[in-house]
Amino acid sequence: MVTEGELPARRQWRLSANLPAFLLTVARAVVLRCCLDVILIISLPVLCLFVCFPRGRRWGMGPAPDRGLARAGAGLARALACPHRPRRRLPIGPLVAGQQRRRRRRGSAVAMSARTLPLLFLNLGGEMLYILDQRLRAQSIPGEKARKDEWTDVDRKRVMNDIITTMFNKKFMEELFKPQELYSKKALRTVYDRLAHASIMRLNQASMDKLYDLMTMAFKYQVLLCPRPKDILLVTFNHLDAIKDFIRDSPGILNQVDETFRQLIETYSCLSAGEFQLIRQTLLIFFQDMHIRVSIFLKDKVQNSNGRFVLPISGPVPWGTEVPGLIRIFNHNGDEVKRTEFTTDGNYVTPQREGSFDLYGDRVLKLGTNMYSVSRPVETHMSDSSKNLASRAKENIVPNPLAKEELNFLARLLGGLEIKEPGGSETGFRLNLFTTDEEEEHAALTRPEELSYKVINIEATQVRTVFQTFDSHHSALLRTKFHPE
Amino acid sequence: WCVLPSRVLLVLTSQKGIQMYESDGSIMVYWHALDVTEHPPAQAVFARGIAAAGGRFICVGTSSGLVLVFDIPPKGTNITVSEVLEQHHDAITDIAAELGQAPDGAGDLVTADDAGTLCIWSTGEEFTLLSKIPAFGCCCASVKLWNGIVAAGYGNGQIRLYEVATGLLRAEVNAHARWIYALDLAPQTGKLLSGAEDSFVHVWKLSRNPDTDDVEIEHCHAECVTDTQVCGARFCDPEGNSFAVTGYDLSEIYCYGRA
Repeated sequence: MVTEGELPARRQWRLSANLPAFLLTVARAVVLRCCLDVILIISLPVLCLFVCFPRGRRWGMGPAPDRGLARAGAGLARALACPHRPRRRLPIGPLVAGQQRRRRRRGSAVAMSARTLPLLFLNLGGEMLYILDQRLRAQSIPGEKARKDEWTDVDRKRVMNDIITTMFNKKFMEELFKPQELYSKKALRTVYDRLAHASIMRLNQASMDKLYDLMTMAFKYQVLLCPRPKDILLVTFNHLDAIKDFIRDSPGILNQVDETFRQLIETYSCLSAGEFQLIRQTLLIFFQDMHIRVSIFLKDKVQNSNGRFVLPISGPVPWGTEVPGLIRIFNHNGDEVKRTEFTTDGNYVTPQREGSFDLYGDRVLKLGTNMYSVSRPVETHMSDSSKNLASRAKENIVPNPLAKEELNFLARLLGGLEIKEPGGSETGFRLNLFTTDEEEEHAALTRPEELSYKVINIEATQVRTVFQTFDSHHSALLRTKFHPE
Repeated sequence: WCVLPSRVLLVLTSQKGIQMYESDGSIMVYWHALDVTEHPPAQAVFARGIAAAGGRFICVGTSSGLVLVFDIPPKGTNITVSEVLEQHHDAITDIAAELGQAPDGAGDLVTADDAGTLCIWSTGEEFTLLSKIPAFGCCCASVKLWNGIVAAGYGNGQIRLYEVATGLLRAEVNAHARWIYALDLAPQTGKLLSGAEDSFVHVWKLSRNPDTDDVEIEHCHAECVTDTQVCGARFCDPEGNSFAVTGYDLSEIYCYGRA
């Protein structure tokens, strides 16, 4: 029989024997529980993040840097890294797009094609080469008479070869043909800036601005006037045919261009009319609201004085379209029972033949061919958004017969002055797209703010740093936002 | 704008998805994100073509060829995808619902795609495909449906009229010299408006011959919007006495009225 006195002792013994083990168990449990709590506190927000915001989706917490810009810079920087040619180092400047500017990126609320970039790049590049070729020819001096600092035919061919080689660089073309959205205007401008300086030629800011204006307005005109959406490809082929003509003496570069030609045919031949129309619309959106007046267009009456292009209502209809005017009525058996006609102001005719989409052939379409082949000064005028420019609205219609002499004189005066010696025997040659140097300076000063292109200087290493900075900035924002309080 | 018997919703399509707002634009009632994985990598992703159908549905087309049918309750945000119509293989360009009186048994919804194929449906709890009008090699950019007649505008500048009940071609008009961007129909008079890239806007009159039951179309008026590629054209009233036009690079809307 258990007496009262005995029980407490037994209990005491049991208690005292189990106490350390008990305490240990309790301690273990407490520690485990604390660890679990800590893990839970850290991982839950992170998990929530990954669930709610998967990688790759931007949620507008900070200004997005221009990925297109970074990508363009990286691609072209790799393409331009040719070790055998002495290059002038580009100054490393701050990245101004996106992050610092804090300007909201203009979003697109319409469908955009992901295959537009190669066409945009190649056509604008083609226009650039037309203009540069014309200016270089206008300024060139016969070889035996030229001094060291003057342009010769040999120099001209060399500049064209260098630029075309860079443009059709294999790696850059590979990057270009990947399905992607269009680069922003700034990014594209930077690419062409680098391209124009891929050789010994140098352009001032004002000349580069003018070159870019001419290029973009010319291509905008071509896209707008394309009869069928598919004819954009013919315009591109026209540009490439002309480029092949520029470098017909260099089989190596010719091969590169042919390779790009084949890639174009492969990528675009199978697209439907609807897809081409989408590409055309994407391009038109890119060029929307640009109304810079170009004197060569004004003179040829293809552009109005308000900067808008003239759309002809006569001429051949596109291939595959009938001349408007006929109405046919069918009965329920499918037989034609009535024909009526209507008239409009338009005066259309049937087209002769279709342009060729092969590697070689008659393109038929004239859009995209070199309209600068006749030597005449080409000027651009900004849209009259600024009062100062209203006085410059009168365009210079009569070409100045002394223009060539002025250029020669200026070339002698200024050739080599502003160019830094890169350390080798090479000297840079400056090309002026205006008729006089003073005009170039004046243009630079009076260019309206909204039309100025801020060139962004990028090097490949900077690009990597940009992404790292963005990622760390991103994660920092994440931590601040989702840290549990 | 989608006008349903119970409410009016503003439906917007974009590259990322479809948004629906209340008629005053104040509240977003619904957001549908487009599924990117459905599309092959190089293809653009977007939604295009909106119509209100069957009294309580809103149909929206996508770039993969699917047509999403949304069931809209009279009030509130409880919008659901009631059906996905999978007849088209190319991106949807336009969808139109019957604007007048459909003949018995005829469909009351037509969908068009990039290849030029037209599908005619009858709406209801379940949408049924009634007939498919094959393409003839040209993209159909715009469609309208009225009194059992489908008016379709094509990329080669032609307007074609089809009979909904049989799917047969009843009229063919060489209307424009360029891509037709916009079609609109005035339901009370049967007037058809067409706007195209050739900078012309035409007004036509649709009718049915009571004796032969032939579909007839006659040209009423032509207007040239100088140096403008017309991208949008709409009648401003249901009789078709005035219309508005807009174009590429144009910051204005031009309104034309009958004198």
